[in-house]
Amino acid sequence: MLLSRMVFASLLQYLERLHPSQIANESCLASHHVHPNYTKKAFPVLSLDYHHIQVPFEISLWVLLASLMKLGFHLIPQLSSIVPESCLLIVVGLLVGGLIKLAGEEVPPVLDSNLFFLCLLPPIILDAGYFLPIRPFMENIGTILMFAVVGTLWNAFFVGGLLYAVCQIEGTYLSQVELLPCLLFGSIISAVDPVAVLAVFEEIHINELLHILVFGESLLNDAVTVVLYHLFEEYSGAGEVTPMDVVLGVICFLIVSLGGIAVGAIYGILAAFTSRFTSHTRVIEPLFVFVYSYMAYLSAEMFHLSGIMALIACGAVMRPYVEANISHKSHTTVKYFLKMWSSVSETLIFIFLGVATVAGPHAWNWTFVSVTVILCLVSRVIGVVGLTFIINKFRIVKLTTKDQFIVAYGGLRGAIAFSLGYLLDKNLFPMRTMFLTAIITEIFFTVFVQGMTIKPLVDLLAVKKKQEAKRSINEEIHTQFLDHLLTGIEDICGHYGHHHWKDKLNRFNKKYIKKCLIAGERYKEPQLIAFYHKMEFKQAIELVESGGGVKLPSAVPSQVSMQNIQPKKLPPPVAERALPQFTKGREEEIRKILRSNLQKTRQRLRSYNRHTLVADPFEDGWNDFILKKQRLIELEKKMSNYLTVPGATPDSPTMCRARLASDPNAFYNIKASSDGVPTIQVDLASPQSPDSVNMLNEFSKRGATGQGLGQREGADRDEDQGLMMKPAGKGEKGEEEGGNKNPGLMRCLSDPGPSNEDEEDEPFLP
Amino acid sequence: MGASQSAGTEHEFQDLADRTGFSLEQIGNINKRFRQLTNNEETLSREDLASIPALDNNPIRAQIINAFFDKRNLHQNETGTVQEIGFEEFLLVMTHFRPAAMGLTEEERENLRREKLRFLFNMHDTDSDGTITLEEYRWVVEELLSKAGIIGQETAKAIADAAMLEVAGTTRGKMEPDEFYEGITFENFLQILKTFDIETRMHVRFLNMDTATLRCGKSK
Repeated sequence: MLLSRMVFASLLQYLERLHPSQIANESCLASHHVHPNYTKKAFPVLSLDYHHIQVPFEISLWVLLASLMKLGFHLIPQLSSIVPESCLLIVVGLLVGGLIKLAGEEVPPVLDSNLFFLCLLPPIILDAGYFLPIRPFMENIGTILMFAVVGTLWNAFFVGGLLYAVCQIEGTYLSQVELLPCLLFGSIISAVDPVAVLAVFEEIHINELLHILVFGESLLNDAVTVVLYHLFEEYSGAGEVTPMDVVLGVICFLIVSLGGIAVGAIYGILAAFTSRFTSHTRVIEPLFVFVYSYMAYLSAEMFHLSGIMALIACGAVMRPYVEANISHKSHTTVKYFLKMWSSVSETLIFIFLGVATVAGPHAWNWTFVSVTVILCLVSRVIGVVGLTFIINKFRIVKLTTKDQFIVAYGGLRGAIAFSLGYLLDKNLFPMRTMFLTAIITEIFFTVFVQGMTIKPLVDLLAVKKKQEAKRSINEEIHTQFLDHLLTGIEDICGHYGHHHWKDKLNRFNKKYIKKCLIAGERYKEPQLIAFYHKMEFKQAIELVESGGGVKLPSAVPSQVSMQNIQPKKLPPPVAERALPQFTKGREEEIRKILRSNLQKTRQRLRSYNRHTLVADPFEDGWNDFILKKQRLIELEKKMSNYLTVPGATPDSPTMCRARLASDPNAFYNIKASSDGVPTIQVDLASPQSPDSVNMLNEFSKRGATGQGLGQREGADRDEDQGLMMKPAGKGEKGEEEGGNKNPGLMRCLSDPGPSNEDEEDEPFLP
Repeated sequence: MGASQSAGTEHEFQDLADRTGFSLEQIGNINKRFRQLTNNEETLSREDLASIPALDNNPIRAQIINAFFDKRNLHQNETGTVQEIGFEEFLLVMTHFRPAAMGLTEEERENLRREKLRFLFNMHDTDSDGTITLEEYRWVVEELLSKAGIIGQETAKAIADAAMLEVAGTTRGKMEPDEFYEGITFENFLQILKTFDIETRMHVRFLNMDTATLRCGKSK
C-alpha cells in the first residue's frame, strides 16, 4: 500500500509538471494562443525531476546496495569465514539506517509487511521448494512434522505462558500485559525462520540429515504459526478463548496446511501441463515456472492458507515434469534466476532488518526482553530433547545427542517474526512497540550469537559434514536395485510397508501422470537411464573443457578403457555383426561440442529470431528419432574410445538438451536412406588427431555422391578390439575423409568448409 | 505368541530366536506368513513364491526368488541351489534384512555391512564363481530396466559397461592396454559401495508388526 501510494503521488506530480510544457508546445505550434498567466521562460535544456523516477530509483538503489555488499563480503575472506553473511548485512543495515537518520530524513519503513510477504519472501521459499531434495525430505517427514507442529506449539505455549507469569510478578510494571497477547507474542517468536536458517546453515555444510531436519521444520511450521497468530489475534479483542475456539483452531490448522499444499499442487500440475506445450516457444518457459508459483502463493494467501507450504508444494510437484519438458537453457535460466532472486531477497531482508531496528520506535523493558531471550532458548532445548526421545522410538537412524544439540541450536529466528509483529494493530495491542523490541532483540541474539558460534561448535563437536562425494553409477544402480529388492521382500512378507506404497506411487506416476504431463516420448525414460545420460554429458563437457578440445588423449582421466574389461572374443564372421559394446553417441557429443566451440562463421550467418531463440529441430522431431533410432543403433563402427564411458543413445531428452547447448543445428542429419548400411572411412596412413574426425560423414555419405571415398564393409568392424592396433584394413582412430579429396574436410570438424554447408544446412525435419 | 500348529513350538522358536536374533513375536509373525505362503505345508518351493501377485510388477522378481533358494545365503559353505526350503531357511534369509541395532561396535557394524553386501553380491554373481563378470552385471542392469521397453535394453549395455569401467578404474587404477579385468570380486564390491550406508538402508520394517494387518508406510 505504501508503494502504491508513492507511485500514485509521483504520477500526480509528473502530470502536473507535464501540463505547463504541453501548453508551451502548443503555443509554439498553434496560432499564437498565449495563455494569459503564462510567462515565457527560457526553454529548459536540462532539468532535474527526481520525483518522476523516485520510486523505481530508490528500489534499484537498495538492490544495488545489497548486491554490492554481497560482493564486498566475499572479497574479504577473513571476515566472511568468521562472521556469517547475515550478521554483516544486519550491521550494514544498521549503518545505512543510522546514516539516513543522521541526514535528518525519516527512515523509510522498509520492512513493511506487504513488501516483505509479497515481494521479498516468495523468491526465497520458491528457491528452497524447487530444489528441495525430495528423497531425504520424505524419508524424514515424520520427524520433521513432529518438530514443526508439536515443537512449535510447545514453544509458543511455553514462552507465552511463562512470560505471562513473569509479567504478573509485581514490580515489573508489566501487569497490563494480558494472557492472550502474551500467547500471541509467544506464537510469533517461537517459529524457526527459514530465511535465517538457510543463510546460516548454508555456510556450515553439515550433513544432509540435520540440514533437512532443521530446514524442513522451518518451512513446515508456517502453517502452525499462521493458525496460532490468527487465532490469538482474533480473540485478543474478545479476551478469552473457549474450548470451541480451540477445536475450530485445530480444524483451521488442518485446512490451512492441507489447503495450502493442495493449492500448491494444483498450480504445480498446471505448470507441468503447460510446459508440455512449450516446445515452440522456449523463451518464455522459465516465466511459466515463476508465474505459476507466484500465483500459487498469492492464491493461498488470499484464503489465509499457508502460502509457504503452497509454494513448496508447487515447486516440488512441478519440478520432475517441468524438467523433463523444458530445454537445457531454460533449465539453467530457471536455476539461475531463482538463485539470483532468492539471494538478493535474502540480502535485502537482512539489511532492512538493520534499518528497521534504527527506525524504531522502541520500548525497551529489561525484564521482558531478557526473559524472552532466555525462555526461547530454554524452551527450544527442552522441546528438542523431549521430542527426540519420543521420535527415536520410531526411527531407524537414531538422533544422537550431538544431532539434538545442533537441531536445538540451529533454531534461528528471523524476519518473519518481525513482520508478523509489525502487522499487529496498534490499537488492539498497546504494547506492540515492546513486542517489536523484544522480537528484534531475539532475532539479533539468535543471528549474531548463535549464528556466529554454530560453525566453531560444529567443528568442535566433530559433527558429520556434508559429503561431497559424486554419485557414481554403481551407487545409482544399487539404489534402484535395493528399492526393488526391499519392495519384493515386503511383498513376500505380506507387509505393506513404505517401500510397497512408494513403489505403487511410482508405478501410478509412470503410468498415468507422466503421460499427461510430459511431452513426447520422454516419459518412458527410466530414472537410471536419465541419470546415466546426465553423468555422461557432464563427463563430456569436463573432457572438452579440460582438454581444450584439441587433444583428447591427454584429457583422459582414467586409465581404464573398454578393452580392459571386454573379454577377448574372436572376430565375428562376416555376415554377423557383433552387437555394439558401446554406442557412439558420446563421441558424437564431444565432436559436436568441439564444432560448436570452434565454429564461429556459421553462427554469425544464422539469423537471430527473438521468438524462437534457437531453432530446435531435435526436440520437435522426437517421434522421428524413435523411428530412426533403430537405424542408428545398427551403426557399428570401430571407433577409438578415448572416453572411458560409453556413449548414450543420442535421442534421450538429456542428450537432446545437451545438443542444444552445443550447436543445435545440422549435426544430426539422420537422413532417411534407402539402405541402412553405414559407411565408414578409415585413413590408414595417417592417424589423425580426433578433431579431424568427421562423424558427419557417416550420415552424409548415405546421400553423398562422388566424393570419391572408400567404403568399408562390415567385416572390418571389430568392436572388441578397442584401442589395439590391427593389421591392414583397420585404422586406429575413427574415420576421416580419404585424404585430399576434399580439403575442406581435412580441417577441424568445427569448420567443415563451404562444401559441407549445403548438406548440413538441411533441416532435420524433412 | 507361539504357533499352535503342528510344527513350531515355543521351544523351537526360542532356539531360532537365539540363533538369528529375532524376537519371539517376530518369529511368530514370520511363521504365520510362511504357513500362508506354503498352504500349511512344511516346505516352501519356488512356485509358492512365484504365485504372490504383488511380485509380478517387480523387475528383479526372478533374482529375489532365487536368492531364497541359494545355498550361499543359507549359511552353508556350498554353492548351488535347493529346490525347497523349510521355515528355518526362510528365517535365515530374512535375517539379512534386520536393521542395525543401536550401540553396535565398529567391528559389529562392519560385520553387518559385510553380511548384507554379501547377500547382494550373491544375487549378482549367478554362477557362484566369486566374481561378477561383465555379462552378469549386464544381466543385472538389463533386468532392472526390463520394464522400460526397447530404450532400456539398448542403454542397459552401455550403463553396465560404464559401471564396470568405474569399478575397474576405482579398484585397479591404471591398467595396461592388454591387461584384463576379470570381474568384480567381493572386496572390490565392498570398496565401491563404501559410502553406501547399507546397514541402514537394507532393512525391512515389518518385523515388529503383525503381518496380517495392513500398515500404511509410516516413515522413520
